[in-house]
Amino acid sequence: MTGSTPIIEATNLDKFYGTFHALKDVNLTVHSGQKMVICGPSGSGKSTLIRCFNGLEWHNSGKLVIDGIEVHEHSKEIRDLRQEVGMVFQQFNLFPHLTVLENLTIGPMKVRKISQAQAEETARNYLQRVHIPEQADKYPAQLSGGQQQRVAIARSLCMETRIMLFDEPTSALDPEMINEVLDVMVELAETGMTMVVVTHEMGFARKVADTMVFMEDGQIVEVSPPEQFFTNPSSERCRMFLDQILEH
Amino acid sequence: MSLTETPGMKGQPLPQPPAIQRFFGSTVVSVAIYVIVIGMIVWGSFTGAQNMGYNWQWYRVPQYIYSFTDDGFQFGELLIGLGATLQLSITAFILASLLGLLVALLRLSGLVIGSAVAIGYLEFIRNIPLLVLLYLFYYVLGPIFGFDRYTASILTLAVFHSALISEILRAGINAVHKGQWEAAKSIGMSTGQTYRYIILPQSVRFMLPPMTGEVVHLVKSSAIVSVIAVAELTTFGRNIISDTYMSFEIWFTVAMVYMVVTLILSVGVSYLERRYAVDQ
Ligand SMILES: Nc1ncnc2c1ncn2[C@@H]1O[C@H](COP(=O)(O)OP(=O)(O)O)[C@@H](O)[C@H]1O
Ligand SMILES: [Mg+2]
Repeated sequence: MTGSTPIIEATNLDKFYGTFHALKDVNLTVHSGQKMVICGPSGSGKSTLIRCFNGLEWHNSGKLVIDGIEVHEHSKEIRDLRQEVGMVFQQFNLFPHLTVLENLTIGPMKVRKISQAQAEETARNYLQRVHIPEQADKYPAQLSGGQQQRVAIARSLCMETRIMLFDEPTSALDPEMINEVLDVMVELAETGMTMVVVTHEMGFARKVADTMVFMEDGQIVEVSPPEQFFTNPSSERCRMFLDQILEH
Repeated sequence: MSLTETPGMKGQPLPQPPAIQRFFGSTVVSVAIYVIVIGMIVWGSFTGAQNMGYNWQWYRVPQYIYSFTDDGFQFGELLIGLGATLQLSITAFILASLLGLLVALLRLSGLVIGSAVAIGYLEFIRNIPLLVLLYLFYYVLGPIFGFDRYTASILTLAVFHSALISEILRAGINAVHKGQWEAAKSIGMSTGQTYRYIILPQSVRFMLPPMTGEVVHLVKSSAIVSVIAVAELTTFGRNIISDTYMSFEIWFTVAMVYMVVTLILSVGVSYLERRYAVDQ
């Protein structure tokens, strides 16, 4: 399942917010087609790490290469990079003044300069993929949380990116809507997309992940395949964390 | 009819303001007070004028608003002046908005130089009286750069109002959730595209109310250009008075014309606001 080409390579990444050390010497490689799930306690730097992967945050030292592009604050290719890396947020962040269809077409039309007709065709395809083709002409506020998050996934897919980052995509959802979003993500995983998912949904992780990452205190504490991660994690901290979240 | 208490979310009554506040807050009472106060002012000035033996000549006023001649309907001097005032105000407002947007974007740019320039500009404008700014443009910059009194007036109003407008725009832009920036960036939009397609359209509803206030303010402050004899409503009013000596009638009329224009503006915008209210 896992391709052999590294598509994200982080080497000795450090990140500071003022004097606060948010990422400490992080080393991580994601291969093309890989499904990586990152978990860890709140405040451990999971969001910070994946936000570095599409230039929403900048690392202060170390090296980050994504799809052959070296990422740093002054790289000229940052917009090219963002066209290769999609992001799904905890709070959906749909554009409230645009309809669902416009949310999906504005990126392809304005950034990729694709014609409206073609962008709409692609958008309707992806709406079908996330099982809400009938909502195309509504505004985000008229949809449920689960539907909004599926629109957000479709928006990212419309940019035809090779890598998708998910930052706790189901944490803001009511429990009964979590599965409809996870189902879409499982289907997406089957297409061979490279996925890096920050989540505490361990059922999803077991089903989809080929690599589990545990972060704590700005550091990567454990990287292992799921079989080992869930049964015999090498670090005590990771074991305690899993006990805590799997209790429920 | 007694005032019934509105049940709150959980069934308990919402706290009600004290009775006296409720009494003075009701629409009927507010309107009544307003009418009484206006009535007293009008009555006061009329009796005052009577006592000094002022010779009211209201019948001569309408011809300065409009008249009918053999050629049909004719605009009177006051309406022509109003047209000039509106033209001046609209041009100045458009310029002020562009300038204000530029200053707001400079401040938001995150560039040290950008915000320094913007803040310097704002402080400079804010601390000069409008009249002095007008003299600066007309007597100093006008001769240097060779522009006339009309251009000087427009530039003065535009520059003066760009300061507040830039603050309104900045506040409106900042009121848009920062997640919108992140979403726009993560689909590869440039800063310019993000402003144009995502941020500014959402800021409009935050900006509309204070912007209306600023337009009203601009229409009123445009009267100041009469001191350099630019032909507009106030100047025309003054000219009529120097011909006819009807200062009370004409100043009352001019004030009414300004009031009608600004009231129409306020009502129109509050209608727009209700129409374009986007719920999130
Ligand atoms: N913009 C910021 N400014 C200052 N501190 C921040 C900022 N973003 C995150 N942090 C801090 O960095 C740490 C890691 O945050 P984050 O990456 O969001 O953690 P996680 O996603 O694992 O909960 C937290 O302690 C948080 O308070
Ligand atoms: Mg987070």
